[in-house]
Amino acid sequence: MADLSMTYPKERSETTTSRKSGWWSSYRSRLTPYLFIAPNLLLFSIFVFFPLLYAAYISVHQWSLIDAPEFNGVQNYTRLLSDGQFWQSLTNTVIYSAATVPTSLILGLFLAIGLNRKLAARTLLRSIYFLPVVVSSVATAVIAAWLFNDNYGIINALLKQAGVGPVAWLSSPRWALPSIILTTLWVRIGFCMVVYLAALQSISPSYYEAAVIDGATRPQQFRFVTWPLLRPTTFLLLILNVIYSFQVFDLIYVMTGGGPGFSTTMIVQYIYQAAFASSEMGYASAMGMVLFVLILLFTLIQWRINRRTEQFV
Amino acid sequence: MVTTTSPARQRFETGGLWLLLTAGAVVMFFPIYWMFATAIRPRDEIFSGAVNLLPTGWVWGNFTAALSRMPFLDWTWNSLIIAIAAVVITVSLNLLCGYAFAKFRFAGRDILFIGVLSALMIPIQVIIVPLFLVVADLGLLNSYWGVILPRAAEAFGIFMVRQFMVSIPDELLEAARLDGASELTIFLKVVLPLSKPIIAVLIIFTFMWRWNDFVLPLVILTDQEMYTVQLGLNLLKGQYNTEWTDIMAIALLSLAPMLVIFVFFQRQLIQGIAGTGLK
Repeated sequence: MADLSMTYPKERSETTTSRKSGWWSSYRSRLTPYLFIAPNLLLFSIFVFFPLLYAAYISVHQWSLIDAPEFNGVQNYTRLLSDGQFWQSLTNTVIYSAATVPTSLILGLFLAIGLNRKLAARTLLRSIYFLPVVVSSVATAVIAAWLFNDNYGIINALLKQAGVGPVAWLSSPRWALPSIILTTLWVRIGFCMVVYLAALQSISPSYYEAAVIDGATRPQQFRFVTWPLLRPTTFLLLILNVIYSFQVFDLIYVMTGGGPGFSTTMIVQYIYQAAFASSEMGYASAMGMVLFVLILLFTLIQWRINRRTEQFV
Repeated sequence: MVTTTSPARQRFETGGLWLLLTAGAVVMFFPIYWMFATAIRPRDEIFSGAVNLLPTGWVWGNFTAALSRMPFLDWTWNSLIIAIAAVVITVSLNLLCGYAFAKFRFAGRDILFIGVLSALMIPIQVIIVPLFLVVADLGLLNSYWGVILPRAAEAFGIFMVRQFMVSIPDELLEAARLDGASELTIFLKVVLPLSKPIIAVLIIFTFMWRWNDFVLPLVILTDQEMYTVQLGLNLLKGQYNTEWTDIMAIALLSLAPMLVIFVFFQRQLIQGIAGTGLK
């Protein structure tokens, strides 16, 4: 995903088309790539690009699905500004992202560096850290809800043996978000580890050999060889993880439903409620547009910063 | 990394690191183990309040009991239809489209490719409301197509295919053209056989994504007869929230296809995920 530069295939020699006689075959061979792309383009248009435009259209209307949409200008957007719950959901999303993104990157990097060394049972250890990545977010949420269960969950049982608790993990506004953050880390660490491992393995050993000749200690090797070479990967993981965090829905919907109260409601959950519980399609779409712009902005800012500080290969 | 420290100290460091990583792995694996331990142990043990890390007995009957109580097999059937249809459609379309971007030169190609890439930046959660309305207008609510079609075009797959196929030599395709092969024949007989590794990755990822999907089925499939495994599991958690034996048994069964893929195709999984970070 990082490499946006296109590698151009060689210009196709004219002999190919002229050999096959007639305008039809020439026409047809020029049509081929468009035909190959057409089905995807059609599906993208109907199910991605049109919905985005449609959302922009609905977002300036009041619409409960029962009557016809009624134009109301920027009212949905001005309402957003004064909607405490929207700001709460945005704040929750920012806290959630700030807690999950750097942590999973750091732990993922640590694991990757550790498991890139020759260690006993290295493959098994890698597999275990990676396993949560294939577990669906619904199953993850269900398992986590059981572990964090107030009365019969194993976490509280173990805490009780240690003389602590019980903690109302998922039923108190104070602990619900931390529980969700821990659960998210369970999934994301392995993901970051795999991406970092692949990047580490693509670093040529000769860099380290040269660093050792220059007398670099191991922390210095990390500081001056590994870290700079991993920068594109770190940057990419940062973007991906922030986008994942801003669009989080499944895990929290199943684990807490956004509660207790409003304590774990994220933006997408609030959009979902506005659209499918309150039937406020216009308001929900306006929030969707804001979320889209936030994700877009973050990606663009990151691209800019990255391009300024280094050459991206 | 190449080391400059003494062998003894290095061995000590490695040992400490190994212990740390192993302890971490135990913690990471514990939730999976606990799901299994809860599903298999006698029902009354769950509420006894004692900490039994190991079940006192293995009750395989818990699984059949859970299956007899929940329409899990219907959910599995729905999920399988959706995931398999999605694999067939998405992988075929990915390959066609990625091939065109990799090996043809045509007007508007770069713009179209940027268009495909920009679809990566529009997560489904952002457009879920208008997408629901589009699917409703097409009359596809509560139908398999209602969840298959909106996700049939997958930008990530197109991107992966393009990256892979760029390295197929043009001479091979030219030779086939000179032999008078049609473009479709070239694609099917020359390009596809060379693309087996990427096809395996695409099949695995598409299956995994569609099997694990939640938000789109949640808004499109409201009729319980159409529920997928994930929707069913969510329903269980909401409605039978004290029947943890059943819930964990069904959760474990819902993971079965993923665990099979994990055990047999880990290389492809890692390749696909690393592909998001590299190239």
